[in-house]
Amino acid sequence: MERIEILEMKDITKSFIGVKANQDVNLVIEKGDILGLLGENGAGKTTLMNVLYGLYHPDKGHIIVNGKPLYLRSPKDSMKAGIGMIHQHFMLVQKHTVLENIALGFDEAPFFFPQRYMRKQIEEYSQKFGLNVDPNKKIWELSAGEQQRVEILKTLIRNADLLIMDEPTSVLTPQEAEELFDILRKMINNGHSVILISHKLEEITSICNRVMVMRKGKVTGTALIKDVSKVDLARMMIGRELSGSLEKKEVKPGKPMLEVSNLSVNSDQGLPIVQNLGFNVLWGEIFGIAGVSGNGQREMVEAITGLRKSVTGSVSLEGKDITNLTARDIHNRGISHVPEERIKFGTVANLPFFENSVLKKHHKTPFSNRMLMNYPNIRDHAKNLVAKYNVDAASISVPVKNLSGGNIQKLILGREISSEPNLLIAAHPTYGLDVGAAEFIRKELINCRDRGGSVLLVSEDLEELFQVCDRIAVMFEGRIMGIVDPNNCNIDGIGLMMAGLEQQNQGENI
Amino acid sequence: MLEILTSILVRTVVAGTPLLLGTMGEVVTERAGILNLGIEGMMSFGAVTGFIVTFTTGNPWLGMMAAIIAGALISLIHAFVTVSLRANQVVSGLALTMLGIGLSGLWGKPYIGRPLSVKMHAIEIPFLSKIPILGKVLFYQDAYFYLSVGLGILVWFVMKHTKVGITVRSVGENPKAAETMGINVTMVKYLCVMIGGAFAGMAGAHLSTAYSKSWIEGMTSGRGWIVIALTIFALWEPSKAFIGAYVFGGIFVIQYVLQPLGISPNLLAMLPYLTTLGVLLFYGLSSKGQRKMSAPATLGEPYIRGSR
Repeated sequence: MERIEILEMKDITKSFIGVKANQDVNLVIEKGDILGLLGENGAGKTTLMNVLYGLYHPDKGHIIVNGKPLYLRSPKDSMKAGIGMIHQHFMLVQKHTVLENIALGFDEAPFFFPQRYMRKQIEEYSQKFGLNVDPNKKIWELSAGEQQRVEILKTLIRNADLLIMDEPTSVLTPQEAEELFDILRKMINNGHSVILISHKLEEITSICNRVMVMRKGKVTGTALIKDVSKVDLARMMIGRELSGSLEKKEVKPGKPMLEVSNLSVNSDQGLPIVQNLGFNVLWGEIFGIAGVSGNGQREMVEAITGLRKSVTGSVSLEGKDITNLTARDIHNRGISHVPEERIKFGTVANLPFFENSVLKKHHKTPFSNRMLMNYPNIRDHAKNLVAKYNVDAASISVPVKNLSGGNIQKLILGREISSEPNLLIAAHPTYGLDVGAAEFIRKELINCRDRGGSVLLVSEDLEELFQVCDRIAVMFEGRIMGIVDPNNCNIDGIGLMMAGLEQQNQGENI
Repeated sequence: MLEILTSILVRTVVAGTPLLLGTMGEVVTERAGILNLGIEGMMSFGAVTGFIVTFTTGNPWLGMMAAIIAGALISLIHAFVTVSLRANQVVSGLALTMLGIGLSGLWGKPYIGRPLSVKMHAIEIPFLSKIPILGKVLFYQDAYFYLSVGLGILVWFVMKHTKVGITVRSVGENPKAAETMGINVTMVKYLCVMIGGAFAGMAGAHLSTAYSKSWIEGMTSGRGWIVIALTIFALWEPSKAFIGAYVFGGIFVIQYVLQPLGISPNLLAMLPYLTTLGVLLFYGLSSKGQRKMSAPATLGEPYIRGSR
């Protein structure tokens, strides 16, 4: 089979319900390249790669391999053309052995005793690329790094020349990541090429030879790694068009409302993801947490709100220790939470609007009377929310799943603010919302502060953080890299901190 | 004494045959992620079809073929409803049970009390059948017995040692992974449901044209439900289904042996289910056992293409 010498994607445009995920994107990769694809979440990296893998069909544009056009109807076509993709979440059958996983759907494997045939192949490829895996082990017995090696073997044995890896190091320990890079180097020496999707600058500069940066669906720069600095990359990644802050009342920040010190939290995989984190949120301020998601923000919020146990450290509210109390206890003490997955965790999608509007206080008067729900009061409360927060719902009896994202978010925010919390924790509250709804939500956050409450806002959207926050902390790999004043700081510095570089002399530190 | 033992073993194997057939089918279906609680209905439908065809043609082999086809066809309803329409598999399976029992009662009505002139005869394997005890038990049975053993070994082999087996198991465990490797998940699920139906139909025909030679309404008498229990008892493994089928067959026979001793038949009828509970308890008590016990990961869940 002819190997991929050069692959080009030309003018790729792909829209989802009006949103342009990719707009006139051009990409070139040659044999022996490791191309880093850099950008924030939602920049369109994964969409572009799904087009290349045949999962999405582009609205416009085409793919050219070795000068000939390549048409992809499904992943099967791209596999045949020598393109393999390793998703962030592995596509493996947990209860099956490595052998069985690699034999699955493989045309060359014989009908009878496919395991025997695969064993030889696996041994050969393992040696060639240093991919050590025990072929008889079941997937659930393997570490994340080993599972990733199985995925790599799967694509290599299927003759993949170009390997696409989506955030490959996000599930790995630093040591496993090093081993992965060794494997990738061996692959390019063998004439393969790799596209590495990442938002970690450090990683891109250490392993890639070329880089392409995307932002909001467009390419904002391509370069050879040796020609660019990290500052350049950070600038391309976050852009510069920041607008001024929204109108806010003058509020003098007071004593600490929330104090977090030495907080360490483990991820779902049991690896440390938040490490010795400390910060204070003061009375009457909006404290922002910037950073690319996946750097421990979710786990940190869950630890503060009682949804996840912290390993070490303490959290206190108004001087009282609330570390590892139950979620209900913490809520009752005055912390409200707007979680990041609004449909999954913020609401019960199949229940009607009015029942969702009283969640967390449904068991208390005036909404319930020991045993029975007081539906007239609940409905009144729901009607008030609809009026006050401009919720566009056909009636208060529709199931929440039938509402748009913006209206669901208004419902959640209204519900949380109406209990007049001391501290409101909002995680990515405007993610995926249209401009109007996003602005409404931001104004409500400011209202909440102006009334004397505090807000902890976790967001990836720097523009949003600059519009509403009084102070912004940048989080990277579970640590706070620095805290800045949005009215007086330089954007490159924030970009660098987001990419994991230590804070350099930039702006005023608070 | 030896004669009593031999007779008990012979009857055990005969009673185990429809259970083995039904369980092999259900194992295949459930391994592909589809729970089919309609076994009792498919078995009844197979039994009446097999009986009518044998009655009219006088050929029990034609009856068997017809029952296999009938079982596969009626299971197609379940496949369509659960795979294509993604409806609840429990509800659809229960509906299939009632449909199968109802249809077989209706079509079988004119044949009640009219025994077959021929039934599936026992085949004596030369020499081997002369072995004491075992000869009678294993080598002097009807074709259904030999076929059930052969098909059982085939299912075991295919599931464990062929590419098709890996495909079927992967579809039940992680259909998305299978789909990304280019497998047509919908087709695999349809075929596995139909294989389950064919086995159940064949099991039914064994009851009406070999085990007995007359049609009685409700003659499956709960065997379909025992098959469901057996599938769990066997931990979805064909090899263990052999053990389970004959143990449960033995329990059937023991009921008749113990009845004269004054033990209530109702108590004895509980034995298969108690045994299943016991096995689940046994495996559930150790963590290693728990992992073994886990059903195919997506059993009972509809698969929606392209969903995350």
